[in-house]
Amino acid sequence: MSLRRPAKDQPDKFEFNTSSLDAAKKIIAKYPKGKQQSAVMALLYIAQKQNDNWIPLAAMKYIAKFLNMPYIKVYEVATFYTMYNLSPVGKYFVQVCTTTPCMIRGANKLVEACKEKISKTESVLSADKSCSWMEVECLGSCVSAPMMQINDEYYEDLNKEKTIEILDKILKGETPKPGSYKGRTNNEPENNRKTLMELKNA
Amino acid sequence: MLKDQDRIFQNLYNDLGSDLISCQRRGDWIKTKEIIAKGREWIIEEIKNSQLRGRGGAGFPTGLKWSFAPKEVGNRPHYLVINADESEPGTCKDRDILRFEPHKLIEGCLIASYAVQAKVCYIYIRGEYFIDGQKLQAAIDEAYEKNLIGKNAAGTGWDLDIYIHYGAGAYICGEETALLESLEGNKGQPRLKPPFPALIGLYGCPTIINNVETIAVVPTILKRGGKWFASLGREKNTGTKIFCISGNVNSPCNVEEEMNIPLKELIEVHAGGVVGGWDNLQAVIPGGSSMPLIPKEKCETLTMDFDSLAAEKSGLGTAGVVVINKDQDIIKCMARIARFYKHESCGQCTPCREGSGWMWRMLERMVKGEASKDEIEMLGDVTKQIEGHTICAFGEGSSWPVQGLLRHFKDEIKKRNKFDPIIKKNKNIPYLVDQHLLDKNA
Repeated sequence: MSLRRPAKDQPDKFEFNTSSLDAAKKIIAKYPKGKQQSAVMALLYIAQKQNDNWIPLAAMKYIAKFLNMPYIKVYEVATFYTMYNLSPVGKYFVQVCTTTPCMIRGANKLVEACKEKISKTESVLSADKSCSWMEVECLGSCVSAPMMQINDEYYEDLNKEKTIEILDKILKGETPKPGSYKGRTNNEPENNRKTLMELKNA
Repeated sequence: MLKDQDRIFQNLYNDLGSDLISCQRRGDWIKTKEIIAKGREWIIEEIKNSQLRGRGGAGFPTGLKWSFAPKEVGNRPHYLVINADESEPGTCKDRDILRFEPHKLIEGCLIASYAVQAKVCYIYIRGEYFIDGQKLQAAIDEAYEKNLIGKNAAGTGWDLDIYIHYGAGAYICGEETALLESLEGNKGQPRLKPPFPALIGLYGCPTIINNVETIAVVPTILKRGGKWFASLGREKNTGTKIFCISGNVNSPCNVEEEMNIPLKELIEVHAGGVVGGWDNLQAVIPGGSSMPLIPKEKCETLTMDFDSLAAEKSGLGTAGVVVINKDQDIIKCMARIARFYKHESCGQCTPCREGSGWMWRMLERMVKGEASKDEIEMLGDVTKQIEGHTICAFGEGSSWPVQGLLRHFKDEIKKRNKFDPIIKKNKNIPYLVDQHLLDKNA
């Protein structure tokens, strides 16, 4: 299990803004009547988006009321799943995959780059408070390893130099181009494709 | 090598585009109405004839699973749930289906929903695949617009709604009952089986859960016939499979190949060979991180299907092939996998919650050569105490890779760890008591 603790400094109040409210209502409609609790994961995600990428306790209480379920159940869910950030992270939230398939292709170089560019320890904000990074478990992009995720986007086929380029960009407030940095648009074998050639050349 | 016309996922590399019109051009949503008109018995029988086995890891026969759904819909509705919570290290096949072949999946959902009499289908996508999920959502919207799903879907008279539900970073939610818990808005902790989800599943209703790849191959099987699918591969291990080849190979890739393909062909032909040449190969994890590794000697002749890998005390799992060459420290690789399992254990069953941490910490010490000789046996013992003593298969998943390491690389560990045990084993005391206290009295 992973250790997860809510932040010490918590805001007193949280409420959905109108766009979050619309999104939340749409999501609740996906589930059968009386089963609105199913929407809790999506609502936590919406709250996280609205609140600069982290979920305060006030938001959990708000969602509990919103879905008519006990607060502790929302708290359980928020602390169980690792994608919910319980304390502030940067506007650019960098997650480096270091599980074995990435590790053997040099994910530690990406970690080094993050340490040099963002902050020495993971989950600590950069000097300008815009970025933070952390090591995560498998992100499911193993054939384009090593890779990292920044907010919602995947950055694949990286090495240390390319990671530094990307981090320099986000530190300037730019959003770098997502996807593979070897120029692949898919998971085909680079320079070695032997299948579906007719379609490739079509 | 499999002929190109026998490849189900023609757009695996996105040469053709994933919008509805391009998908229809390569055969999706054609004859869907005719297939459904043949009735659910015919569909299930044809899938049984094709001998399709689930692509999510366990390899359960799909036709049989569908036949477990109650024949009549009682007062509880039926559900179909698609498992797209792909988190097994080494595996990234479902992601390519979601983003490049979404209509194969949606069409499969319609056919499978009809076969098991479900009118609502949930697709559970891992939260990290948010962008890929949005691509699928766009395809679903397109399908609604063209009335391929929704009321009277594709003119079949069957109503079907498809909804996407995002996970939030929990490997355990790939386990089917944990996935259901998560869908219901709880912590993703697996349920006891029985009752099986086919009778009591989502919201207590009959639920069939299938992997993305399993459902996405269904329309092609029914269009080309179960016999065609069964003619590929070998008995009980039929058809094609997307293999993900990652790790120390020259060109890591996803490729669709026939079942029972030799591992060497997969690595040498499709993935451009091992970095440093075939002789530099150390070991291969054949089916995602939870399957025991296979040392080089056996890789020469190994074929990739469910039964031949089971005979080698490993498994095909999700067919995520991780190639490890001799430049890597094999103990470190496995210690990292143990850390993954320690991180992802849901904490429900004690053997797994505590044991996964023990295994990780012991392996970390073995990497550094700080473990004592007797700990090697002790580690094996710990894996045995986890395996089979947990509610779900996570216990096996976390202990098998360690067992594989001990089976094939024990000498390597012994070479590195030479400390004498803290207590010489002259007393028959189980090691779980406070040994440091005994030591003083001895």
